[in-house]
Amino acid sequence: MSSDQRRVENLSGIEIESVYGPEHVGKLDYKRDLGAPGEFPFTRGIYPTMYRGRLWTMRQFAGFGTAVQSNSRYHYLLKQGNTGLSVAFDMPTLMGYDSDDAKARGEVGRCGVAIDSLADMELLFRGIPLDQVSVSMTINGPAIVLFGMYLAVAERQGAKFEELRGTLQNDILKEYIAQKEWISPPSPSLKMINDIIRFCVESAPLYHPVSISGYHIREAGSTAVQELAFTLYDGLTYVAAAIEAGLKVDDFAPRLSFFFNAHNDFFEEIAKYRAARRLWAREMKRRFDPANAASLALRFHTQTAGCTLTAQQPHNNIVRVTLQALAAVLGGTQSLHTNSLDETLALPTEEAVTIALRTQQILAHESGVVQTADPLGGSYYIESLTDRIEAEARVYFDRLDEMGGMVAAIERGFPQGEIHRAALAHQRAVERGERTIVGVNAFVEPERKSGVPILRIDDTVEKEQVRRLRRRKQARNGEAVAAALEELERVAERNEDLMPPVLDAVRAEATVGEICDVFRKVYGEYRETVSL
Amino acid sequence: MECGFVAVVRMASEGNHKLRVLVAKVGLDGHDRGVKIVARALRDAGIEVIYLGIHNTPAEIASAALQEDVDAVGLSIHSAAHLTLFREVIRLLKKNRAQDTVIFGGGIVPDRDIDKLKKLGVKKVFGPGASIEEIVRFVKAISRVREAKAGHGASR
Repeated sequence: MSSDQRRVENLSGIEIESVYGPEHVGKLDYKRDLGAPGEFPFTRGIYPTMYRGRLWTMRQFAGFGTAVQSNSRYHYLLKQGNTGLSVAFDMPTLMGYDSDDAKARGEVGRCGVAIDSLADMELLFRGIPLDQVSVSMTINGPAIVLFGMYLAVAERQGAKFEELRGTLQNDILKEYIAQKEWISPPSPSLKMINDIIRFCVESAPLYHPVSISGYHIREAGSTAVQELAFTLYDGLTYVAAAIEAGLKVDDFAPRLSFFFNAHNDFFEEIAKYRAARRLWAREMKRRFDPANAASLALRFHTQTAGCTLTAQQPHNNIVRVTLQALAAVLGGTQSLHTNSLDETLALPTEEAVTIALRTQQILAHESGVVQTADPLGGSYYIESLTDRIEAEARVYFDRLDEMGGMVAAIERGFPQGEIHRAALAHQRAVERGERTIVGVNAFVEPERKSGVPILRIDDTVEKEQVRRLRRRKQARNGEAVAAALEELERVAERNEDLMPPVLDAVRAEATVGEICDVFRKVYGEYRETVSL
Repeated sequence: MECGFVAVVRMASEGNHKLRVLVAKVGLDGHDRGVKIVARALRDAGIEVIYLGIHNTPAEIASAALQEDVDAVGLSIHSAAHLTLFREVIRLLKKNRAQDTVIFGGGIVPDRDIDKLKKLGVKKVFGPGASIEEIVRFVKAISRVREAKAGHGASR
């Protein structure tokens, strides 16, 4: 067989033809399946003129060391033209432990910023007016605590809650599925998410209370189809839970947002974003029938795929990131993080992150791709692939429905197992040489050392942070803290709204660990059943 | 040697010593894509694998390694806390006279930390892009060393 007749599959195992034509899109109905940009089912984008109206937000994810160090990186990024901020917390914060906890040893400030109390959060946003800059926070298990601190800082800055724009990741389902930073089991965690959504509906209407994330699912090894299917199904699960908690779909659905990965297969990624919008619009309409069209429109942030970066010949990563970012833009993303070339080795240096940001600026201001909405709409290949991805994601939807929903599926290990199998298959394909990775299994340069400078997190960060935490604990009003924590425990036990007592506790300078200890005590800790 | 002796006893009772390896994530990061692939590949290669999952403290890992009497411990970490946490695992193993346990690791580890880890006693660090074939080969080589050691012990 000649090489042009060989069966070719993309990264999701979808067979790809060598040429596409009208026969592949014969059933496509423009009005029903595409619609103009800004119109149902939003396949072509959620705004009529897309980037001519407004560019995507350039939002580099950052955070390391102490609050002071991260604050200085944020000021640097804003000065370089970053148009939104995105906070990376360290592992102890993500798991709800203080910096002086035994479990935090060695981890403080290492892969994100260490935040223990309101005092740290104030330093983190010093000189950054929260009523003007939109801030995204990657925090899930303890999301309610960090959101409370964010609100309290805004309050001290004199900002009104109704002016706050930003995003809380607050997506616990994908933690159980892929990212695995959690505190409590599903049921109390979903309850906390509903408390946050309700607070935003009533008091912070511009804020995005949940960012339903496929990024981590993909990084854990899923295919594009699995990323899409599990993420949108998580989203439908949150909507159903909020409605069950008494919220009206049109009050909160327009503020939900999504977060996808931009992986290597250029056309598949573009088709994935288009399929995501159409599938979300159709399923939201079918399942919940909202009156407001904004409830059907899928907004999303994109990050280029960290797992595609290579430690070998790291400058090649700049090219990978450029292609991935271009796919996200052609797919109509609302905001974008581009990875830095050194991120398989450590957190990015200032120089590396600047190149990553410049990549976005070149796409936005030099390439011309921003002038036309959905420029690939109507391509035989893209439309056919969009259909196929939507159809395959629906197969997963049916299986998840049959299992009794996502929480039941997670408890059975279903999405985890599907992702693990896909990761294993990919790794084997790479090792057999069926998937080429330049610099790793082809075009290798064994003698060359990577030679890029690495950001070092000083060992003194942990000591300094622990000292600071102890000082703050001595300086605060201990009785007020104890009273606030007792009240929080009482509210948690009665299953009442957690937002007011959490806000009071953070204002009294109760720490992340102290507040999460209450959750651990009342709700217990999540444990996963491991299977290989 | 103590471990050699243990291996001899096991070989005598079981007829042949099957290599036992503990594989775990240490610390708080939950990135388990790589570690699960490694655990699975080692198992597929006929090695007895005890997979401890994520979020393990050094004490939990050392205690499991001792209880399960493993020949090697493979640690995965992506949170940049490797120096502190690997050091602690090694200290606890030494303290419990299990210094012969072979320690290897993988994850996001910058080149210059690899040398530091080796000085601490980590036999091998597999960075991003390492193949499972390479890792299986490494672990099987441990098996040969230990069997040789066991054989040596038996002849004494």
